[in-house]
Amino acid sequence: MIVAEQKPIEEIKGYIAAHKKILLLGCGTCVTVCLAGGERQVAILAPILRMSAGIEVIENTIERQCDAEFFDEIKEQVESCDAILSMACGVGVQMAARIFADKPVYPALNTMFCGTNDGAGQWSENCLACGDCKLGIFAGVCPVTRCSKSLLNGPCGGSADGMCEVDPENSECGWQLIYDRLKRLGKTDVLMKNTPPRDWSKTHSGGPRRLSREDITQL
Amino acid sequence: MNDTAEYKSASNLEKKLAAGEFAVTSELGPPKSVDFEIIKTKVELLKGYVDAVNITDNQTAIVRVSSIAVGKMVLDMGIEPIIQMTSRDRNRLAMQSDILGAYLLGIRNILCLTGDHTCFGNHPQAKGVYDLDSIQLIEMVKNMRDKKVFQNGEEIRNSKKAEIKEPRMFIGAAANPFADPFEFQAARLEKKVNAGVDFIQTQCIYDMQRFIDWMEQVRNKGLHEKCKILAGVTPLKSVGMAKYMRDKVSGIVMPDSYIERLGKSQDTAAEGIKICVEQIERLREIKGIAGIHIMAIEWEQKVAEIVEKAKLKR
Repeated sequence: MIVAEQKPIEEIKGYIAAHKKILLLGCGTCVTVCLAGGERQVAILAPILRMSAGIEVIENTIERQCDAEFFDEIKEQVESCDAILSMACGVGVQMAARIFADKPVYPALNTMFCGTNDGAGQWSENCLACGDCKLGIFAGVCPVTRCSKSLLNGPCGGSADGMCEVDPENSECGWQLIYDRLKRLGKTDVLMKNTPPRDWSKTHSGGPRRLSREDITQL
Repeated sequence: MNDTAEYKSASNLEKKLAAGEFAVTSELGPPKSVDFEIIKTKVELLKGYVDAVNITDNQTAIVRVSSIAVGKMVLDMGIEPIIQMTSRDRNRLAMQSDILGAYLLGIRNILCLTGDHTCFGNHPQAKGVYDLDSIQLIEMVKNMRDKKVFQNGEEIRNSKKAEIKEPRMFIGAAANPFADPFEFQAARLEKKVNAGVDFIQTQCIYDMQRFIDWMEQVRNKGLHEKCKILAGVTPLKSVGMAKYMRDKVSGIVMPDSYIERLGKSQDTAAEGIKICVEQIERLREIKGIAGIHIMAIEWEQKVAEIVEKAKLKR
């Protein structure tokens, strides 16, 4: 899922300070699951903003802010407000801005990463959405994401006791994980083939990416 | 036969190693300002004692004078440079452009590194590039030299009708026998050899037994015959430095016996030099070691003494 966390309250208050009435809009998908911007977080943030920012705050949460169709139900509500404070990820914030062209839209969250839930209140980054998945080679552990330097021919010299020198307390060395998995699967020999440089044009380096599938667009 | 036909790069380091002579390299860290005197002083300390000197590239991710610029300066002052190039700060375009430029300036040795992570330096908010890793960088420099092509496969010529003019570098890389997973480190050197590395400088060695074990793996793979291995040493200035290396620097194994020796000594610096000389003497005995790389970190004034005491005088 997309993992996000709430912005510092002062930053949020700074965005909405000039408005009298805002719609605090939650999202029912990823940010609900990662406890950052769902209905419950809307209900917690709204009274804080009412009290500290002294403005009228209307609450609502739609199923997905990344899909235009879910905004239909809130169009009248948006009309009655000066601005939208979105508790979605950055994708949802932008969709709201696209749909409500004349309304200011502000983010209440920092969108962090595509990650796993590693236990109560714990998440970690696992996918950079690079557009050219190599997990099939690397035993299901992503070197681009899990290695701090995105090495394709790692590990570097900064791996000690299974941990990465960038954050030895918390961050496992992705290459130790790759090595251990390949060893368990009896496939460490695949590492002897040098992995060529990546085609970064398949990432954001090639510009904002689009996906158009004719099998669906022509339905 | 002219030099270029006989050698890959015709650098002095390459010739020396090719002749089977025991090579000595050292390190010169460029200053964090445009203080030319610092560079000049370090050159004077090293000149005549080493075959070539690594010019570090924003070492520990701290911004400093460019390794290529300082490489050119030390070349003009009579020392052969090995420019270090990290893939942390530059993408493949910038690196190839700099390799062409370095070659035109007369630089013939390059050490290909990934580089210390930006989080350790003085610009931790900088974007780490890592377009290539060190192994991909080695292969790129080798293909520029041997296949005469850029990383994209294009021939190195100014136009379709122009003559091919390729940069011919003697290609080095680092190896860390002490990093984890230990059992993969010799294999990782093999990957660098397969990528086309000509010489290796190791991380500083303190744990001799682990290094001997690693070298045995290296020899079993025949890697010492495919690339020249220079064993890295760093003299210890103080107990504090030894403890810092033990506790804070990943990929360094520091035996307690050295810390004890330094602690008991009346003259810690002299003891540090003595330890270093002993290490060099032991390293010279190991089959497959082609030279010594002395990394006297901000202690360049001791390189001459170490070289003389270890009887490595050029």
